[in-house]
Amino acid sequence: MRYGVARFVTGFLALPVALYLFYVVWPFAQAAGYSLTDWGGYSDRQQFVGLENYVRLFSDELIRKAFWHNVFFLITVPLFTIALALFLAFLLNVGGREDRAGIRGVFGSGLYKIIFFFPQVLSLVVVAVMWQQIYRADGQGLINGVLMKIGLVDPENPITFMHDPAPFLGVPAVLWWLLLIAVWSGAGFYMVLFSAAMQSIPKDVFEAAILDGAGRFHTFFRITLPLLRDTVSVAWIYLGFIALDMYALVFVMTPSQGGPNHASEIFASVLNFTAFQKGQFGYACAMGVALAIFTILLAAVQLKITRRERIEY
Amino acid sequence: MSATPDLNRRTLLRRAAAAGLLTIPAAGLLSACAGSEPAQEQSSGAEKSKDNPFGVQDGSSVKVVIFNGGLGDQWAKEDEAVFKAKRPNVTVNMSSTQKIKTEEQPKMATQPSDLIMNSGADIMDISTLVNEGAIEPLEDLLAAPAWDSEGTVADTLLPGTVNNGTFQGKFYVMNVAYTVWGNWYNAALFEKEGWQPPKTFNEFFALAPKIKAKGMAPYVYDAVHGYYPRWALMATIWKSAGKQAVIDIDNLKENAWKADGVLPALEAWEKLVKDKLLLPGRLDHTQSQQAWLDGKAAFIQVGTWLKNEMAETIPPGFEMKLSDYWSLGAGDKAPNDVYAGAGEGFVVPSKAPNKAAAMEFLRAVLSKEGSAKFAGLTKSLASTRGSGDNVQDSALASANELMNNAPQDLISVKFWDFYADLDKESQNLSAELMAGRLTAQQFVDGMQGAADKVASDSSIKKQTRSA
Repeated sequence: MRYGVARFVTGFLALPVALYLFYVVWPFAQAAGYSLTDWGGYSDRQQFVGLENYVRLFSDELIRKAFWHNVFFLITVPLFTIALALFLAFLLNVGGREDRAGIRGVFGSGLYKIIFFFPQVLSLVVVAVMWQQIYRADGQGLINGVLMKIGLVDPENPITFMHDPAPFLGVPAVLWWLLLIAVWSGAGFYMVLFSAAMQSIPKDVFEAAILDGAGRFHTFFRITLPLLRDTVSVAWIYLGFIALDMYALVFVMTPSQGGPNHASEIFASVLNFTAFQKGQFGYACAMGVALAIFTILLAAVQLKITRRERIEY
Repeated sequence: MSATPDLNRRTLLRRAAAAGLLTIPAAGLLSACAGSEPAQEQSSGAEKSKDNPFGVQDGSSVKVVIFNGGLGDQWAKEDEAVFKAKRPNVTVNMSSTQKIKTEEQPKMATQPSDLIMNSGADIMDISTLVNEGAIEPLEDLLAAPAWDSEGTVADTLLPGTVNNGTFQGKFYVMNVAYTVWGNWYNAALFEKEGWQPPKTFNEFFALAPKIKAKGMAPYVYDAVHGYYPRWALMATIWKSAGKQAVIDIDNLKENAWKADGVLPALEAWEKLVKDKLLLPGRLDHTQSQQAWLDGKAAFIQVGTWLKNEMAETIPPGFEMKLSDYWSLGAGDKAPNDVYAGAGEGFVVPSKAPNKAAAMEFLRAVLSKEGSAKFAGLTKSLASTRGSGDNVQDSALASANELMNNAPQDLISVKFWDFYADLDKESQNLSAELMAGRLTAQQFVDGMQGAADKVASDSSIKKQTRSA
């Protein structure tokens, strides 16, 4: 490096790094510190309690329940979102008929792209408030209203959506309804991400496959998917983060923020209750730190597993 | 207590960040400002006198935070004018919000506001505030002379107000609105149909088929916030099992939930659900209130803030009236006790820089002039005597009438203020009972279990009540 350049670069980086350290890294360190105390959140009194909060975590039934709900989202949110996004992206880019212009998407794919991407433009809270109306549990709800008009739902017995703890495949119905929103609002973005990745795959690869008589099914599973491996892997990690969160949807939409009767409790909702209602900030910080460690481990494992040779084209 | 759980994006995001959004839980945000410099105490202050009982200093300023919920915040601006008339040299910085905890909690340990109206869905847990020593006892306020009438401030308050604000033997919370709870009905409709508002569950069960015949549901409730139906359940328990039974419940006495009279009270509610007397669907507070206003249901139970909350959508010719919660009948221990009490509580943080002016502001809020304006603007009673005397309003008048005929004892329940765990559990179980997923017996067992768990948890500080 030429003389002076180092100083020049440092000069530009110092401020952002300082801000990052102060506003991001330092609060993390503080949270870790508080997780070793019995701080209540409303005073400056706190006592060091060692790892007591962490020990408590393992015997906390509510946390265990919340953890399994997060695990449910951790498996389903990436799975369904990526499957749907891949399917849409494939149809929009290479699913159409082949003509003189070569491979292209289905008719009207430009319009579809905008429509599918649209939920991404909305803030998650707006999405949640909108779905509250769709899921409204009486005749004025969008779904209930329509189904009642067609006679599929008894007006005396509307679908209760967010108020339904009855298990479906062993998981409370309310979690499945939340999953539907998460997938709906997430698929558009990953569709665009996968579209971009697909467009960078040379067209002649597809054309060669078609000449060899490969149908859409084989084109997708033998060519598109393997070449998208990196992108899908990154998407999986991002969606994993979202699945470990889910806070906004649970907070806005479910009764008693995690109800009915704890049926939709997740890590973040228990953390919020512990910190703000029970006034046990120390314990709540321990939950946060535990979740952070879990998240980082998960991402590391994920990257390790999916690492493979890249194909250059 | 008038919950307005609506959200706006900014505060939600802030809390979402606090509770661990995105990749790494940012729990550190919660604590970002703890451990900084403690606030500076205001210097000794001015001389105390009969006219200036707390020694408020001219030229000082006081920061007041108002909860802008079902009651609005116009009344507080009127109170500010009352205050300024006597203390023109004190600057009042008033702000109003619905997100009390979100905005005020982070400042409590260091530089809090001077006076906070701690109310709404986003409320700072009272027990935690008391246990942490974060708020100031307000005995001085009670003993101070009233702003514009004879006697002390305590003399001007309605019964139950001091009791409602007392925790661990000390008066901490100055509740300014007086709420009466009960069953609301449309008096115009009842007169037209010749229906009598029932006094007991049996009368209600007898009337229900007639209401159903008119294509109405007999009853609608808030299925989203468990504390709405909980008021009604606890009122029935009090009426049936008596005052001492509820005091025992609040004090976590052994087998308190299994006392005589508790189970039958809940069985009445179980029957109401089993007999399908509820409006189908799961509505929240405003949706259920609107359904009631739209004539889809005959009864709804809620407090006296209802009129103000729904003011914009009350149909013409609708005559809101409040009647007492139903009792079980002749065997009841306290069939006529009314559920009423002071709510919308102000607290003064221990670290507030200008506590004297905060208490002085409360004195102005509780003045005759301020209280009358409060009742006039909100159509709710203030917690001082005679605030509603000059207000013409059928809803307020029916609440007044109920209070005038009420016996000495007022229904009040404390356990949900004492213990956050019991608060959550009782809300959940109330919602489950109303949804028909729990029997009365299961509710009792569930609450007893939760109470026992709190009682045996040494990390939870215990509180008791005697009256």
